[in-house]
Amino acid sequence: MTRQHKAIALISGGLDSMLAVRVIQEQGIEVEGINFFTGFCVEGHTHAIRNHHKDKEKRNNALWVAEQLGIKLHIVDVIEEYKDVLLNPKHGYGANMNPCLDCKIFMVGKAVEWVKSNHQDGFDFIITGEVIGQRPKSQLKRTMPIIARESGADDILLRPLCAKNLPETLPEREGWVDRAKLHDFHGRNRKPQIALARHYGLNDFATPAGGCCFLTDEKYSSKLVDLWQARHSRDYELDDIMLLKVGRHLRPAPHFKVIVARDAGESKFLEGYRKQYPSLYSTSHNGPMALIDGQLKHHDDVETAAAVVARFGQGRTAEQVEIELTLPDNGTQNLVVSPLASEAIPEEWYV
Amino acid sequence: MSDYQLDCQRLLCPLPVIRTQNKVKELAVGDTLCVVCTDPGTKNDIPAWARIHGHSLVSIEDKEDLIYIVVRVGA
Repeated sequence: MTRQHKAIALISGGLDSMLAVRVIQEQGIEVEGINFFTGFCVEGHTHAIRNHHKDKEKRNNALWVAEQLGIKLHIVDVIEEYKDVLLNPKHGYGANMNPCLDCKIFMVGKAVEWVKSNHQDGFDFIITGEVIGQRPKSQLKRTMPIIARESGADDILLRPLCAKNLPETLPEREGWVDRAKLHDFHGRNRKPQIALARHYGLNDFATPAGGCCFLTDEKYSSKLVDLWQARHSRDYELDDIMLLKVGRHLRPAPHFKVIVARDAGESKFLEGYRKQYPSLYSTSHNGPMALIDGQLKHHDDVETAAAVVARFGQGRTAEQVEIELTLPDNGTQNLVVSPLASEAIPEEWYV
Repeated sequence: MSDYQLDCQRLLCPLPVIRTQNKVKELAVGDTLCVVCTDPGTKNDIPAWARIHGHSLVSIEDKEDLIYIVVRVGA
């Protein structure tokens, strides 16, 4: 009896990985999906927090894609392991703090580990939705073999959407997969993918602008670099990187930063951190919740932070605003401050 | 009343799904798990995860800013 071969697919939630799975399923191969949570994934977070995203359906696209494809999806927390990828990328960064090539090598490497530990259940190879020339750093003809080699996947890594432009892989050589039925997509043109999606009757799919990772975002990257500079350490915890996704960040002094919510959704989200961070909000006017990251060393720091928070509330034009400062271990203080005028906040305070 | 409870308050998706997935691995078929969440995305994501892995959704309840999602472990 011929052994049934299975594939594990890297599922991002976008169209390409969805199509790659469908192409392989068409050949009668059972596929399961794997998705990695680095902490920097855009997926749903801002939609979950901010008010003006309320109309967007709050769904995880990787799960949604898995359900459309009828496959299991294993979501893996790689937050701790990913730190080394971000902090020490062998192949460097892209336009921002995005270590795309190292990231792909890491994720394929994790999939290799998964195949090894599930080989007894028939898993033999890995598929991805990569397309040569699709991405400026990680999806180039010269980087494809680097990913295969440095991840340890070698010839068990099959890219069904561009396989015909690449050397034969093990599943093709062994005849588990018919190379003739694979594709030769290349470049940034999305028309072949859209046509293939139509062929499969797929009409609803995510097309995230700018990718699925906050590290490709210029503003997010600058906040991350600012965090490292302020702490004199290139390290982070999950709470740090979550808070970088939320609010306005203003740094009046090197030793502290004020994170001010932009709407009620963000205020509610920041409230959840009040046992960990000093927090401020106005008791005399409606206004945002704010957190302090760093230390309020001097009374002037407290006054400045309170005046910043007052500026973003409904008391911004009032003579005086009452602000309550809560320290996680040290009770509350009540302050009365004059809100900073918009022009009194130096541009360089905005991180 | 569920057999087990999992606190996922303040966690944003997919973390509540990952915690649920990992907890369910420790449970037996037929056990029920109540996941307590604050991210509204969990109301879609945990049921979707349960469906694709053969578990069943028992209930979803909003109560005092918290979301209670009960899943029964499938085979």
